Amino acid sequence: MQDYFTLMFGMIFVQNFVLNQFLGICPFIGVSKKRDSAIGMGMAVIFVMALACFATMLIYKMVLIPFGLDQYLDIISFILIIAALVQFVEIVMKKAAPDLYQALGIYLPLISTNCAVLGSTQMRMTDYAALSLPDALAHNTALGIFGGVGFTLALFLMATIRERLEQAPVPPALRGIPVAFLAAAGMALSFFGFTGIV
Amino acid sequence: MNLSKEFFKGIFRENPVFVLVLGMCPTLAVTTSVEKAIGMGLASTFVLVCSNVIISLIKKVVPDEVRIPIFIVVIATFVTLVRMIMAAYFPALKAALGIFLPLIVVNCIILGRAEAFASKSNPFASLIDGLGMGIGFTLALMLLGAIREILGAGAIMGIPFGEGLGTYTQTVFILAPGGFLTLGLLMGFFNYLAIRKKNR
Repeated sequence: MQDYFTLMFGMIFVQNFVLNQFLGICPFIGVSKKRDSAIGMGMAVIFVMALACFATMLIYKMVLIPFGLDQYLDIISFILIIAALVQFVEIVMKKAAPDLYQALGIYLPLISTNCAVLGSTQMRMTDYAALSLPDALAHNTALGIFGGVGFTLALFLMATIRERLEQAPVPPALRGIPVAFLAAAGMALSFFGFTGIV
Repeated sequence: MNLSKEFFKGIFRENPVFVLVLGMCPTLAVTTSVEKAIGMGLASTFVLVCSNVIISLIKKVVPDEVRIPIFIVVIATFVTLVRMIMAAYFPALKAALGIFLPLIVVNCIILGRAEAFASKSNPFASLIDGLGMGIGFTLALMLLGAIREILGAGAIMGIPFGEGLGTYTQTVFILAPGGFLTLGLLMGFFNYLAIRKKNR
C-alpha cells in the first residue's frame, strides 16, 4: 500500500510529467487556453494512460519477454497498442456514452501522439516487469492513473494562469506561447519545492 | 522546385522549434548540455530523413484512411534502428538520452513532415526537406543546450570553465524551470527580431 502512496505523490508532485519530466508539452501549451478544455483533455489522458499502461504491460510480459523481443519490438508494438486503444475508446465511447464523447471526443485523436502516454508506458516498464504479473499490471496501471492526474493538475493550473494572462499587458514579442513558457517556468520552480519529499 | 529553398526553410523561416513550435518535449528535456543536444538532434535528423524518403516512396500504395498508423510504423522502425545503433556504439549517450530516445517516435516534427510534405512530394525533395528540418532542429537544440550548459553547469561541451567563471553558475538552468525559462525568452527574442524586421 505504501508503494502506491509513494507512487501517487511522486507522479503527481515530485516527478510531474509536464513540469519535471518534460512529457506532453505540446498539449500542455496547445490545450491550456481554457479551463474547460484543460479538464476535458486531462480526463481523456488519465483514461487512455491507465488503459495504455495496463495493455502494454500485459503485452510486454505475455508476448515480448517470452519470445525475446523486448529489445526490438517494444516501441513499435507500444505505439500501435496506444493508437489502437485510442481508436477503440473513441468508438466505444461514441456508442456507450455519447455525452462523454461530446465532451472528450475532440481530444482523443490528439492523444495517440501525446508523448506523455508513450512515456508513461516506458517509464518503469523494465523495473515493474520483474514483479509478478498481477503486481506488475497493478503498479503500471497506478503509474498511468497518477501520471495522468499530475498532467491534468499541471494543465488546469496552466489554463487558469493563461486566462488571466489574456488580460495582462504582455510585451508584443512575448505574447502567446513565449509568455506561456515563462509562466510554466514559474510553475516548475514552485513544483521543484517537492523534490526530496518522496 | 527550388531545392535550396526547401533546405533553408527548415533552418530559418520555418524552424521547427522557434517558429513551428513542434517537438517541444525533447527540446526541453535533452538540452541540459550541448553534447546531449547534438546526439538528440542527429538521431532525430536520421529518423526524419529516412522516414521522409520511405513515406514519399510508398505514398501511392498507402490508403488514405490508414496512412497515420502506417507512417508511425515506418517512423518506429527507424527509431528502433537508431536505438540499436546507439546501444552498440554510444552506450553513454543512449543512457543520457534515456526515455527520450524511444520517444522520437512521437516527436510531432517527424509525423508533421510526413503528413505535410513527404506524402505529397517526390523522394528527393522529401530528403532535402527532412535534412533541412533536421538540421534546423539540431541547431535550435544546440543553441538552447549551449546557453543552459554555460549558465547552469559553467561548462561547454563538458569542458568546465574552471574556478573563475564557474563560481557564477546558476544550477536552476540545467533543471526543469530553467528549460522553460530559456526557451520562452529565446522565442520572445526571435519574435522581437521578426517584429522589428516587419516594422522597418
